Amino acid sequence: MKVVVGQGSCGIATGAKKTAGRFEQLIREKNLDIKVDITGCVGTCYLEPIVDIYSDDGSQTRYVKVKPEDVEHIVESHLVNGIVCEGQAISEEDRQFVEKQQRVVLRNCGVINPEDINEYISAEGYKAIEKVLQTMSPDDVIEEIKISGLRGRGGAGFPTWFKWKAAKSSPGKEKYLVCNADEGDPGAFMDRSVLEGDPHSLIEGMIIGGYAMGANEGVIYCRAEYPLAIKRLEIAMGQAREKGFLGKNILGSGFDFDIRIKAGAGAFVCGEETALIASLEGERGMPRLKPPFPAAKGYWQKPTNINNVETFANVPWIIYNGGAAFGSLGTEQSKGTKVFALAGKIKKGGLVEVPMGLTLRDVIFGIGGGIKNDKQFKAVQMGGPSGGCIPASLIDTPVTYEDINKTGAIVGSGGMIVMDEDTCMVDMARYFLNFTRDESCGKCNYCRIGTKRMLEILERITSGEGKDGDIELLEELAVKIKDGSLCGLGQTAPNPVLTTIKYFRNEYEDHIYHKRCTAKSCKALLTYDITDACRGCTLCAKKCPVGAITGTAKNVHVIDHEKCIKCGKCMESCKFNAIEKK
Amino acid sequence: MMNGNVCSCNCAVNRNEKFKELRPVLDAYADVPGSLITILQKTQDIYGYLPVDAINYISDVTGIKPAKIYGVATFYAQFRLQPVGKYLIMLCQGTACHVNGSELIEEAIHEFLGIKDGETTEDGLFTLNNVACLGCCSLAPVMMIRSSEEDETYGNLTKDSVKQILAEIKGRTQEVEA
Repeated sequence: MKVVVGQGSCGIATGAKKTAGRFEQLIREKNLDIKVDITGCVGTCYLEPIVDIYSDDGSQTRYVKVKPEDVEHIVESHLVNGIVCEGQAISEEDRQFVEKQQRVVLRNCGVINPEDINEYISAEGYKAIEKVLQTMSPDDVIEEIKISGLRGRGGAGFPTWFKWKAAKSSPGKEKYLVCNADEGDPGAFMDRSVLEGDPHSLIEGMIIGGYAMGANEGVIYCRAEYPLAIKRLEIAMGQAREKGFLGKNILGSGFDFDIRIKAGAGAFVCGEETALIASLEGERGMPRLKPPFPAAKGYWQKPTNINNVETFANVPWIIYNGGAAFGSLGTEQSKGTKVFALAGKIKKGGLVEVPMGLTLRDVIFGIGGGIKNDKQFKAVQMGGPSGGCIPASLIDTPVTYEDINKTGAIVGSGGMIVMDEDTCMVDMARYFLNFTRDESCGKCNYCRIGTKRMLEILERITSGEGKDGDIELLEELAVKIKDGSLCGLGQTAPNPVLTTIKYFRNEYEDHIYHKRCTAKSCKALLTYDITDACRGCTLCAKKCPVGAITGTAKNVHVIDHEKCIKCGKCMESCKFNAIEKK
Repeated sequence: MMNGNVCSCNCAVNRNEKFKELRPVLDAYADVPGSLITILQKTQDIYGYLPVDAINYISDVTGIKPAKIYGVATFYAQFRLQPVGKYLIMLCQGTACHVNGSELIEEAIHEFLGIKDGETTEDGLFTLNNVACLGCCSLAPVMMIRSSEEDETYGNLTKDSVKQILAEIKGRTQEVEA
């Protein structure tokens, strides 16, 4: 029997370590011969901390939301007496969250112990590299990837085989393979999950990539915000070296390949290839003009290929199962599966891996269970700061690179932030512009100054000072920023504004002409009033920091709008729901 | 003026003594091309921030101009040129956190500690930094509290829970001091 506690960052954030500690303590006290193990994130983040109990015949019982105080009951009932605690076990509905998915990238996440290479090996790990080194030429590998139709999962969706071939055909002996693990899109966390939950699949994918393009050195450029990912990668690389999968003469094939980690220092623009390379070289991460492309001149001016974590994690599966098996999933143009990070106002947030071509409705309602607190679905934001908001009317759009592009958003790295009626779309645009303004490296004038000007306009609109002509000005600036920027950051920065204007122009107009925020989110445009439900308890008057509320005990109180600073304290404190916001 | 073995002027000799903890880092990386960011990260691990003198010292040893080091240090969000409190509150401003009300959490921290983004409490205990996504989007709003002992992530925050967490840390530290 074995107890496995999910310990990805999200599990740990909900207290999984304390839960695991409690299991260890009780098992010791009761002298039970049961091991407590760890695993990565299974993707059902809303159910953390998650505990799996494997009995000796291999059958698994999953317990969810296991707090330290719940552990004693589970130990007593399940571990000692062999009776499943139904109350705490995962419900059938929640089980469907995982069962409706088709997992390639996340095949081992939440299943194996990421800190034990033997568990990866027994899950058919490192079989693909064996197959490659024993039976395939570099061209065979590239051909197999071509058959699979795998496209870059980091955002641009460029065919992977093409990049590998370009780097392979570049002259020169010294070549580099770089993994972009600088997952910077706010709202996307699939790479973190793979790094923490299945680091060996990335390592194996990189070895195969190195073999295909003729590189002997790999670098993983990982976000400094992911300390656990770096730790698990280091453990995994050490174990892979011990077993002879990394280092000189891998599996006796004569092929040498090793990997090192370089911790990023926090700059969104470093997701752009040439900026990432500059950062690897210890410089400010500023993009440069292409060509030459990294495939010709990259890291230290040598041919370099850069792929994202999720792309590499697909590779061992593709090689082991064949490119055709991967290609049979998804649609004609967008093959295979893709991992999406469902977050925002969603009932069941987490990681979802599905074949491409399912509709947004399938993902958000079919798997994610719909909107939190059964509110009205308004839009889904895809592609992070480079993407856009897709409105509820387009919910039946299939999730493929092509169909999502048509809406004005992009698949990007797969973040899906779901928004409900309480989310103000103008505020959303302001949020993203604030982000890109901060992250612009400053090289191109339009990106540096243009995003700032756009942000100022958006701030004006959300603070109730919007003017006639602002929307048109935003549109004009947007086009110029797109045209006048060197890299993807600037070229896509206006997308969140353009898509919200396209689909939610009425909200912009409400803000500008009627000084109203329909989502009741922009503070400056709100008014607070006390309704007849007021019992005159005087609590709100006491809580108001500026003394804007007057009234006598047991009589309806009144808010002085001149004085009110719209902090919302009265509404928070009212026990009778007598305060309304308009 | 000599003060023990160290003169108080800002010459290279002084810096050599003042930053001796940095020596092993520079021994390992000074000659490896492209290591500036790694050196700065390790410097920050030691001192908690990048003292201007440390930048000058790195320049002495590596030969990289201080202006360039400063340029790199100010480009990346991770580097700080000012000391931080014992506990660094990294409040996530990712999209999911924004949609789920990270602004209210920032307000609560301000109410409880009286600090805003980038500021440190007077007792030197807490610094608040707004950061880009921490990657725990399903638990939004989220913050990570970093101290010399560990990094702890807290999810599903509310105005009340964040105050409770901070009060607990404050209490714990006062207990240790007592």
